Amino acid sequence: MFTIKNYVVAENLEQAYELNQKRSNVVLGGIGWLKMGSRNIQTAIDLSKLGLDKIEEDEESFKIGCMCTLRDMEVNESLNSYFNGAIARALVHIVGVQFRNCATIGGSIYSRFGFSDILTCLLALDTYVELFNGGIIPLAAYKDMYYDRDLLVRIIIKKDARKVSYLTHRMSATDIPVLAVAISKLEGKWQFVLGARPQRAILVDQADGILGQNPTQEEIDALVDYVIKEVKFGTNMRGSKEYRQILAKVLINRGIEEIMGGTHAN
Amino acid sequence: MKSVSQGIRKKDAMALVTGKPVYTDDIAPSNCLIVKVLRSPHAHALIEEINTTVASKVPGIECILTYEDVPKSRFTMAGQSYPEPSPYDRLILDKRLRCVGDPVAIVAGIDDRCVDKALKLIKVKYEVLEAVLDFREAKDNKIIVHPEEDFKALCDFTGTDAKRNLCSTGNFTFGDVEEELSKCAHVIEQTYHTKANSQAMMETFRTFTELDIYGRLNITSSTQVPFHVRRILANALEIPKSKVRVIKPRIGGGFGAKQSVVSEVFPAIVTMKTGKPAKMVYTRKESMTSGSPRHEMEIKVRLGADEKGIIKAIYMYTLSNDGAYGEHGPTTVGLSGHKSMPLYNGANAYKFEYDVVYSNTMGSGAYRGYGATQGLFALESAVNELAAKINIDPVKIRELNMVSQGEVMPAYYNETANSCTLDKCLAKAKEMIDWDNKYPCRDIGDGKVRSVGVSMAMQGSGISNVDTAAVEIKLNDDGFYTLMIGASDMGTGCDTILAQMAADCLDCDVDNIVVHGVDTDQSPYDTGSYASSTTYITGGAVVKTCATLRNKIVEEGAKLLDCKVENVEFDGQKVFSLKDNKEMSLRDLGNATFVGGSKLLSASESHYSKVSPPPFMVGLVETEIDKLTGKVDIIDYVAVVDCGTVINPNLSRIQVEGGIGQGIGMALYEDISYDKNGRMRNDSFLQYKIPTRLDVGNIRVEFESSFEPTGPFGAKSIGEIVINTPAPALANAVYNGTKVNIRTLPITAEKIVMGMIKNEK
Amino acid sequence: MQIKLWINNKVFEDDIQSDILLIDYLRSKGFYSVKRGCETANCGLCTVHLEGKPVLSCSTLTVKANGLHVTTLEGMKEEVEEFGGFMADQGAEQCGFCSPGFIMNVLAMKKELVNPTELEIKQYLSGNLCRCTGYMSQLRAIKKYLELKKED
Repeated sequence: MFTIKNYVVAENLEQAYELNQKRSNVVLGGIGWLKMGSRNIQTAIDLSKLGLDKIEEDEESFKIGCMCTLRDMEVNESLNSYFNGAIARALVHIVGVQFRNCATIGGSIYSRFGFSDILTCLLALDTYVELFNGGIIPLAAYKDMYYDRDLLVRIIIKKDARKVSYLTHRMSATDIPVLAVAISKLEGKWQFVLGARPQRAILVDQADGILGQNPTQEEIDALVDYVIKEVKFGTNMRGSKEYRQILAKVLINRGIEEIMGGTHAN
Repeated sequence: MKSVSQGIRKKDAMALVTGKPVYTDDIAPSNCLIVKVLRSPHAHALIEEINTTVASKVPGIECILTYEDVPKSRFTMAGQSYPEPSPYDRLILDKRLRCVGDPVAIVAGIDDRCVDKALKLIKVKYEVLEAVLDFREAKDNKIIVHPEEDFKALCDFTGTDAKRNLCSTGNFTFGDVEEELSKCAHVIEQTYHTKANSQAMMETFRTFTELDIYGRLNITSSTQVPFHVRRILANALEIPKSKVRVIKPRIGGGFGAKQSVVSEVFPAIVTMKTGKPAKMVYTRKESMTSGSPRHEMEIKVRLGADEKGIIKAIYMYTLSNDGAYGEHGPTTVGLSGHKSMPLYNGANAYKFEYDVVYSNTMGSGAYRGYGATQGLFALESAVNELAAKINIDPVKIRELNMVSQGEVMPAYYNETANSCTLDKCLAKAKEMIDWDNKYPCRDIGDGKVRSVGVSMAMQGSGISNVDTAAVEIKLNDDGFYTLMIGASDMGTGCDTILAQMAADCLDCDVDNIVVHGVDTDQSPYDTGSYASSTTYITGGAVVKTCATLRNKIVEEGAKLLDCKVENVEFDGQKVFSLKDNKEMSLRDLGNATFVGGSKLLSASESHYSKVSPPPFMVGLVETEIDKLTGKVDIIDYVAVVDCGTVINPNLSRIQVEGGIGQGIGMALYEDISYDKNGRMRNDSFLQYKIPTRLDVGNIRVEFESSFEPTGPFGAKSIGEIVINTPAPALANAVYNGTKVNIRTLPITAEKIVMGMIKNEK
Repeated sequence: MQIKLWINNKVFEDDIQSDILLIDYLRSKGFYSVKRGCETANCGLCTVHLEGKPVLSCSTLTVKANGLHVTTLEGMKEEVEEFGGFMADQGAEQCGFCSPGFIMNVLAMKKELVNPTELEIKQYLSGNLCRCTGYMSQLRAIKKYLELKKED
């Protein structure tokens, strides 16, 4: 458990940003992960009064404030009417409803953990993070940046008609994934994201050139071979590298099948 | 029977569902010192230097103890009848540390904050020693876990030899196994491996202690064995037993974990040193890493049958990992052979050998099943492999070989199976799951199959000639009864079922019986809630006590009615004499005994049994296996149980469902692994996955009751057997679906997929 | 830090350290129904309602509840006794340690879901662990309870 000397409910983002420049200060999200360590926090920064717990929608995009909970995203009907409801499917396995009522999207994305379902899923969408200082940058770029002292203000997901499949393999129903695979297809363009490798999610480059609009099994096999070659998998308590490679093959196949109108559910 | 066989509500039901403060941490005095322990980061080390000066100066710290401050008498923490088979190999704090997590210092302060601060400020210099981390290398290893001179083994039969890292060793022989095996048409020889599973009860270990007005140490603890705690703490603190009182409030689960002293010693010694109340609440991490997990076992089975599949010989060798301390090591190992082999009572020869070794890993303890679970995983899996080899349906091979009622069981201490409906259990279970149409498996498309698997199980009921329970029943004014028991209800509802039995014996309503929980100063002696003894042994004491009380009621009633005692009867509501046409209500009788020359009516009897009649059960499971990922989903689990008479169908059903849930965890999800330095890595619910409600599928339970002549109302036991079927049944279903034999638990998707790949090569 | 919050509709004004977890604050104020079962937010025993939503009080700072309404089992007596009766009829409250958190989440589920399927019930409650019952009796109790409430 961490300790806190001062607790500040930020009046505005500028104040929050200023406070966050000190190394011993921390912006609080759902504290679930923070609680498992023993940091001594000088000033804890609370963003609850800044109206960042809303999911806003306009014609072009969804803007999800950093203090929205995972549960808020999971039950948002409009958000889940897009992308084949992949966001809800990515979230439903995470521990339980009470946990998701505490965990924030800001904390989940900022931390960029390897096992993150939501990071893997959002990478398959046209997603951006809005940083207080750094502006709006693609999630694909953000996820490889080092932790810094900028504030993650919102997540922006551009609306489009892409079809999305999100499949995982877990050792038990609410465990963190052994492997997570998110696939999207927009017109002719395919995107493949592999997460919990156990390393954090990676968007596979150049992969979509291998698959056509209506992929044949040969094309799919070629794609899978490409992914296994390009993507680094590892071994940890939940699985070996070799097994993850096998899972990748199966889940990619099933994900493509699901997008193309097959029955694969996970 | 008006109460027995009814699914009545538990007596504490409404208190529990409304969240009343009835657990240890709810009733602890608010001024308790908070006690925490500094734990060894090394698997094997000596404390070269320990400096608590800076830590002691933290404001709020009341006392810090090291190995130099504690009594020097070794003791055991195992909750067992004296003389304990578990060696006396522990000190409250020791200079030698034998596993990661072994206590190094005890810190007590006014709140968590100052204690946490002080823990970080204790300076320890360790001499790190080489550790023996692989239990397969422990026997006769040059690294000795217990080299101390004052190591003590009280019982000869355990074969303890600390110099060889042997906590226990022994064997059992009946007939000539080698001879029989040589004649067998089919022989299986395989080794099976189970892990040091954690009971993972929801309430972790916790205790508070204080001195009462007589200067006696009062211990309130979440324990299954209050009377054993009294003895163990007296030994550990080197004080007379008469100076110790143990109280057991509501407990949030035990499953055997709390059949050892775990948290009690630490606040107790703080209270002795400071005179102040003290409390210790174990974290989940401590409960996982420094608790009392199941003994890891590696069991070799050699099994032989003739061409028809009749089993002729069984050989089992169990290597049991006791970890750093000897609790329950000598006593669990025997069940791995003796509570598995008797299922196949027709063999001509049995041989069982075992070694229980010390190692520098977590000290083991008691966990539901107590060795039978591990032995049954091995033997039932071996029988399934044998059936596959001979190409016989694994249900059929059991129909051909299972023990029957009336048989003497040479592998079960030569006891007779006086009550056994195992054949009916198997027949019913088979029908419930539609085994014949599902065995071995069906392809359901998309790379998935549905397959079925089978396992039988047995256990015991109490420890014959050892477990003893006494009960006291008093008749109060107004005619209600107080039932005083020493048995520890850990949520199972034994308070309720014992009252149900008493109600039927006394011909009254179960609400007319008040049950009083355990306080060693007041309650009659009971070994405690373990070994599946509460219904069978404590129940037996209830039946005896009620009979004695009824006689006393009739005698006193005769006096009060001024009739000859031969003419007086008691029907539960009144004493009456038909001949003299006189009667007195129980209520009036009760009131009358509280006045003047009349006698207060109470009775107390104790009970033990010369036998330990086994309950039996069958578990059949249907799984859906994704052959591409290896994922196993449980579709249907069918269990049929012979526990003798079912005292409370609701509570018995839940025992079965709960035990199967735990067994499923052991089979599929729960793993224990160490890093190269001996630190156990599955130290939280994040890493040690007990089943959620999405992981157990659908469980269906039926009973095929036999009638046990030595049991109260014909009952045997149910508490432990229920965890024994899932691991072997699921392993069988996996084999039937994929032809992969998983012999090391847990059964994981990766093991299945890799096994299938290996088979193809 | 100065806080003012409602616990079971009763106002509490206090000056507390900002790193006190809600579970510890609640227990310090005598709300002993709230239990702790782990340190990793996995078990659900500590479930309470914050503005009517089920949350883990072990993963919520007390200061986060400043100005808000917290409800524990003690504050929902009638509903708790009603659903608790269904559990008692099954014997589903075994050791009882998981019961308060479980019941709080069931009551939250009843408000949030309409005619849930068995899978939806299990998914909603997946964050409530139980080691005693194997979950079957809890489901029986829930189904009977929802049946009864449907007729209301």
